[in-house]
Amino acid sequence: MALPLLELKNLKKYFPLRKRFIGGHKGNVRAVDGISFFIRGGDSFGLVGESGSGKTTVARAILRLVEPTEGEVLWDGRDICKFLDSEMEEMRRNMQMIFQDPHSSFNPRKTVFKSIAEPLVIHEGMRGRGLRERVEELLEIVGLKREHMFRYPHELSGGQKQRVGIARALSLHPKLLILDEPTSALDVSVQAQMLHFLELLQKRMGLTYLFISHNLAVIRYTCDRVGVMYLGKIIEMGKTEGIFSFPRHPYTKALVSAVPVPQAEQPEKMVYLEGDIPSATHIPSGCRFHTRCLEKIGAICEEIEPSTHYFLDGNQVDCHLYQ
Amino acid sequence: MKEILSPWERWKEERESQIRNFKLILYTLSRSPLSVIGFFCVSVFLIIALIGPMIITYPGDIKGTIHMDQKLRPPSSNHPFGTDEVGRDIYSRVIMGTRLSFQIGLIIIFIAMGIGVPLGIIAGYIGGWLNEIIMRVTDIFLSIPGLLLALAIVGALGPGIKNAMLALSIVWWPGYVRLVQGKTLSLREESYVEAAKSIGASKLRVIFSHVLPNCTSPIIVKASMDMGMAILFAANLGFIGVGAQPPIPEWGAMISTGRNYLPDHWWMATFPGMAILITVLGFNLLGDGLRDVLDPQSRI
Amino acid sequence: MEPILEIQELRIEFETFEGTSQVLDGIHLTLGRRDTLGLVGETGCGKSITAKAILRLLPIPPARIVSGEILFEGEDLLKKSEEEMKEIRGRRIAMVFQDPMTFLNPVFTIEEQLVDVILAHGRGDDSSLQGGRLNRKRAVEKAIELLGEVKIPQPELRIKSYPHEFSGGMRQRVLIAMALSRSPQILIADEPTTALDVTIQAQILWLINDLVQRHGHSVLLISHDLGVVARVCRRIAVMYAGSIVENCSTVQLFKRPLHPYTRGLLNSILTFSKRESEAQGIKGVIPDLIQPPSGCRFHPRCFEMMEICKKEKPSMIEIEEGHWVSCHLY
Repeated sequence: MALPLLELKNLKKYFPLRKRFIGGHKGNVRAVDGISFFIRGGDSFGLVGESGSGKTTVARAILRLVEPTEGEVLWDGRDICKFLDSEMEEMRRNMQMIFQDPHSSFNPRKTVFKSIAEPLVIHEGMRGRGLRERVEELLEIVGLKREHMFRYPHELSGGQKQRVGIARALSLHPKLLILDEPTSALDVSVQAQMLHFLELLQKRMGLTYLFISHNLAVIRYTCDRVGVMYLGKIIEMGKTEGIFSFPRHPYTKALVSAVPVPQAEQPEKMVYLEGDIPSATHIPSGCRFHTRCLEKIGAICEEIEPSTHYFLDGNQVDCHLYQ
Repeated sequence: MKEILSPWERWKEERESQIRNFKLILYTLSRSPLSVIGFFCVSVFLIIALIGPMIITYPGDIKGTIHMDQKLRPPSSNHPFGTDEVGRDIYSRVIMGTRLSFQIGLIIIFIAMGIGVPLGIIAGYIGGWLNEIIMRVTDIFLSIPGLLLALAIVGALGPGIKNAMLALSIVWWPGYVRLVQGKTLSLREESYVEAAKSIGASKLRVIFSHVLPNCTSPIIVKASMDMGMAILFAANLGFIGVGAQPPIPEWGAMISTGRNYLPDHWWMATFPGMAILITVLGFNLLGDGLRDVLDPQSRI
Repeated sequence: MEPILEIQELRIEFETFEGTSQVLDGIHLTLGRRDTLGLVGETGCGKSITAKAILRLLPIPPARIVSGEILFEGEDLLKKSEEEMKEIRGRRIAMVFQDPMTFLNPVFTIEEQLVDVILAHGRGDDSSLQGGRLNRKRAVEKAIELLGEVKIPQPELRIKSYPHEFSGGMRQRVLIAMALSRSPQILIADEPTTALDVTIQAQILWLINDLVQRHGHSVLLISHDLGVVARVCRRIAVMYAGSIVENCSTVQLFKRPLHPYTRGLLNSILTFSKRESEAQGIKGVIPDLIQPPSGCRFHPRCFEMMEICKKEKPSMIEIEEGHWVSCHLY
């Protein structure tokens, strides 16, 4: 079987806390606490989670915008965490990210042209007519018109900005696109268009996608496989349909039932979690979900971290209910 | 299907948005009557500074010439602002003083920015101990009242306009460090800076291409306010006697001499004084107006 | 029964650099007593402006109220003086906003802020406290009680915390507590859960439902999310580019959406159920309100557009009981 394009093995990212705070002992923000997954070339993989789940940090760690504390990030089998700066520069051409908030991911002082051209200028030293033609090409691919080229970001709508972001990301012919909340800042009527467009783009250019979102509907719409994250760990993973239709982990169940459904009759069985998401500085002992879990078994959930159980359908869950 | 545009058309296309933005700034400025007044005062000041030599009536009176027979004449058609104690035309001297003040202010601000802005960006972006060192040195300078520090420096170097400008530049640069460091700190966290890094931009590129251009708004605002204040401080030093030395027609020095002839020969001190008032007020109002417009950027 | 809030023909304009923007084009809205109404629309449709207009919180230049009435218990709020509005804001009509952090002062404890609100409106006319003026001790007791109502655990301890020590969901609960502290007749909630996580959002929506059932406030919930509105509201009004295009009960909206925009919107929503059909978008873009389309503002994007749609703006007609729509198709 061919190697997956991207594979994470036990990736961890801890942010050290400084001394001045409660308890008097130094600690860490365990933003990513041991994540493993793989994506095959041409696939779409989704990471779903709420705030504090660590999903954006995973994206940053893959791109080495933050340095992983531990673990491996394998690209075509090679661990890029061990790459030198020069090798990393080359890597940058392979993976690009589309950032979360289109309104702030562009330099307000740069025109659309300059923003899209930047990667080309840095990596290929393009200039003048050649550069201009390439940018025009990219604009066409994302469905923007030439008249947008010299506008400033604040003169564009959210959807248009998002497309500029995509054009910028595509300029170096990457193989992997990481999309961080690609539709959250968009209006409903535009969201579907954007996702269709991304789908077409994927087929046309043979891209691999890593989708990151808190919006389960978006993930369900676009991804073949999904990983559900909670406080830095993937607690359930597998084929999207299976996971969302028959969630196994209590958190996944709560997440699925919490999504507000636009229909007249609201679901009867709502799972309401008590309390708030714990802070990543004080991750609960044992199974990190036990403080809010409605299906807690007992002391075992408080003391021992569950290991991964694999099912026949290819999905996996980290929960004592299934050990 | 690709059209070939002439260079002129291409230039127009590229600048279209910038022109639109500029018009928006002017429009917003014009909404505030005080800003308009400020703008007007500053414009008058700048025009006079530029065309000064063309509109003075007694060019000789700027430096050396004395007409003892004309001394201490009140304002008249010949001498709209009157004459001073050695018979020089005050109108001509005030006009030339405008040009002088402009030069003084500009030099001070430029030197201050030239030192302060790079230091601020380095401190803000690189952080760590370099930041600590730069900021603490800045703090030391900021903790000494400006005029006193300037006096001390001029005292050590000796009176004269060049030394006064040097002293004031030293007083002014820490303000820019603090401003720019703060702005850089916040800009560092911006999404587009992260995006730039993800496409492989080097540190240098990020600083010059992304951070610096976005610092210009607060710098412009501060510079406009500072122009007025720098001119005022220079006049202060001139007034005390350690700045411009007579016979240089610097406003502060003129007031200093004119003080001795109050209240009978009021015109000697009043006209330079009014010039300072209008100039400093104008720059302050303009600076205020610019701040409302540039920082933050508001759109409806 | 007379509705508690009625907006008639409200027209509002905004002065901008590029021109005058016609943000509200004569809207009609009614909120019944003890009823829950959802105001739904996308960015720029004018829903937030409507909410602010009710409480007269719009900055008067550049905004300008051209015409219309906002009748609260029969009285026109637009004609009231600022003094009278101050009486109404917070006491009889309360509002909860989107981002709880910006509405809580970071340098005061929750206790201080809640007590501030309670005392500011208390002038000894509150029937739930026996006579006399409220004193601080009783205000604190009431504040703790309120925190308990919004289900904040251990309220007597948490009340001493500062806003930044609370999570987003908790802060929103505090804001809801503040809003309800004077038992208002109407609660306006402007995107109250947009900034919150999905599981927290579910909790807050449940809370709003619970409070409404127990205390009988009338609620105007503003959101871009039809799912959120479906969970709380009995009736829904759909807004597009400054006009109300459809106004009906929740059941009617989902079972029989009449207006093409509503249908388009429902089609675009990525439903969380299985992906059976493709979600379509709505072609075109939201119009520029400085030069809005003539006639019906939706006509450039409407797949059922007719000639008359370009010329005349349709009026609101009742198609079935309680189901109003503004469209030439009917």
